[in-house]
Amino acid sequence: MMRAARALPTLIRVGMVEAIAYRAEMVVWLLTTTMPLVMLGLWTSVADEAPFRAWATRDFVAYYLVALVVRNLTSNWVAWQISEEVRTGAVSGRLLRPVHPFLGYLGTHLGAVPLRAIAVAPVIAIMMATSARGVLVTDAAHLALVAAAIVGAWLLTFGVFLCLGSLGFFLDKAMGIIEVYFGVFAIMSGYLIPLALLPGWVRAIAQVLPFRSMLGDPVAIAIGRVPDAGDAARLVALQWAWAIGLLALATWLWRTGVRRYEAFGG
Amino acid sequence: MTIEVAGLSKHFKVHRRPPGLAAAVRSLWRRRYDTVKAVDDVTFTIARGERVGFLGPNGAGKTTTMKVLSGLLHPTAGTVRVEGHQPFRREPDFLRRITLVMGQKQQLLWDLPPSETYALNRAVFGVDPAQARQTIAELTELLGLAGLTDKPTRQLSLGERMKCELAAALLHRPTTLFLDEPTIGLDVAMQVTIRDFIRDYNQRHDATVLLTSHYMDDVVALCPRVIVIDGGRLIHDGDLRALVKTMIPDKLVSFTGGVPAEEVARLGEVVKAEGGRTTVRVPEARLREVVSHVLDRAGADLAVEDPPLEDVMRKLFKDKRAGAPAPAGEPAP
Repeated sequence: MMRAARALPTLIRVGMVEAIAYRAEMVVWLLTTTMPLVMLGLWTSVADEAPFRAWATRDFVAYYLVALVVRNLTSNWVAWQISEEVRTGAVSGRLLRPVHPFLGYLGTHLGAVPLRAIAVAPVIAIMMATSARGVLVTDAAHLALVAAAIVGAWLLTFGVFLCLGSLGFFLDKAMGIIEVYFGVFAIMSGYLIPLALLPGWVRAIAQVLPFRSMLGDPVAIAIGRVPDAGDAARLVALQWAWAIGLLALATWLWRTGVRRYEAFGG
Repeated sequence: MTIEVAGLSKHFKVHRRPPGLAAAVRSLWRRRYDTVKAVDDVTFTIARGERVGFLGPNGAGKTTTMKVLSGLLHPTAGTVRVEGHQPFRREPDFLRRITLVMGQKQQLLWDLPPSETYALNRAVFGVDPAQARQTIAELTELLGLAGLTDKPTRQLSLGERMKCELAAALLHRPTTLFLDEPTIGLDVAMQVTIRDFIRDYNQRHDATVLLTSHYMDDVVALCPRVIVIDGGRLIHDGDLRALVKTMIPDKLVSFTGGVPAEEVARLGEVVKAEGGRTTVRVPEARLREVVSHVLDRAGADLAVEDPPLEDVMRKLFKDKRAGAPAPAGEPAP
């Protein structure tokens, strides 16, 4: 365990070097996550006429710009990576190292975060220059909870993607499942529409699923839609519980999957 | 013993489907699986410091066995112990003692220089930085890596990449090496470099080496002992020279000029005659007589060799498939 912890800084450093080497791919990847901007255009044209269920234009601007920032900071491609490595047998190299392969993936994807932060910096700058600025929380308690919620969303997303990628051990092609996942995520996380604006029965389903903790809840805390710090802390605690649960599930899926691994290639 | 394998079997379930759209649709609800016995009841042991060639035709089960021994695959049946560990548990102490090099599969980070893979391996294997520097310096000298490790891997030639691959695989100084086709696709000079390096590493670190290669020169140069499998079953385990002697008890005598054409046919079966040099196959019982005859005529320009290992293997597999008993393995010296 200690040895693994000592290896992590080097893994993150190599991950950063890799992210820089693949910067062009990362920019293309980031450009595929612009759905919030499309939705922003749609909802602001609605709200310009009159506020929609207590959401004014600046609320929508703040929501979708923060959603864009959270989505880009917390997303990764580890599900695709694992699925492909299992299919081609490339995961063998990771299995021959004396640290859990998840640590290697963790290093790679944490290493990409600084580059992602640089990429979303202009979005934050634009947000601060608009009326949306007035919607964002400013008190220390909420700012700390926003930071914890973004870290939690990163871990939760990483855990979900590790689970999806590990399905590659059980299915010929896990990519189909990943596409289905993204459809559900888009609705249930608040990526397309703020959870508060979803029909009641859809919102009820979303309440019991982890997707809201991946995006909608951190955004809601950041734009002041959870004014009570205690309520916000409970959302963050729930989010971290989901993250720990899904990381544990991913570990079990991986361990079970490796027993079925056929190490193709070579 | 460093490697102990008893009754090892590894079976795979393989989905079979005839070609065509109709078959593809049918396979959606009715899938047919066959069981393929990639490795079937194989038993052998390898002692510390031995260099053993692991031979067999394509699909014989060599790579599958290597993957079981290195912990990538779970055995279907049998017991395996390597360096005192059950490989499939992949305990950190086990993984620090072994390495698996697959000539057809690279583990270097493709778009980064090999030095980044070395840094990563140093960290995950917990190699002391001073020891890592010393090992890299040693490997750089032995393999001629100077000037290669700071170029992106994708820009290296196949031979350069293989050398860097070996260095990455040996950075943690493993004591058991599983080498699966380490010289595949390399030119003759590079093959010799890699062979010399493997022998040197084996002697310096008393490392156990299990090597598969389709280049028989690799095996002849490196492995006093060979294990041969075919169709997943072990068909020979023993001294390489003894195997050659048992399978083809002839020698190849080659010489230049000096012997009249009518005499050559009487010496033995002419295997090759080109560029003024003649090679004849001679039963071992007549070797002394033929050599003294040729020496009388052709002088000192004479060579006596074992038949190529390729011929030996071809005969071994042919006999086995024809139902002949496998030659008894003799212990390697």
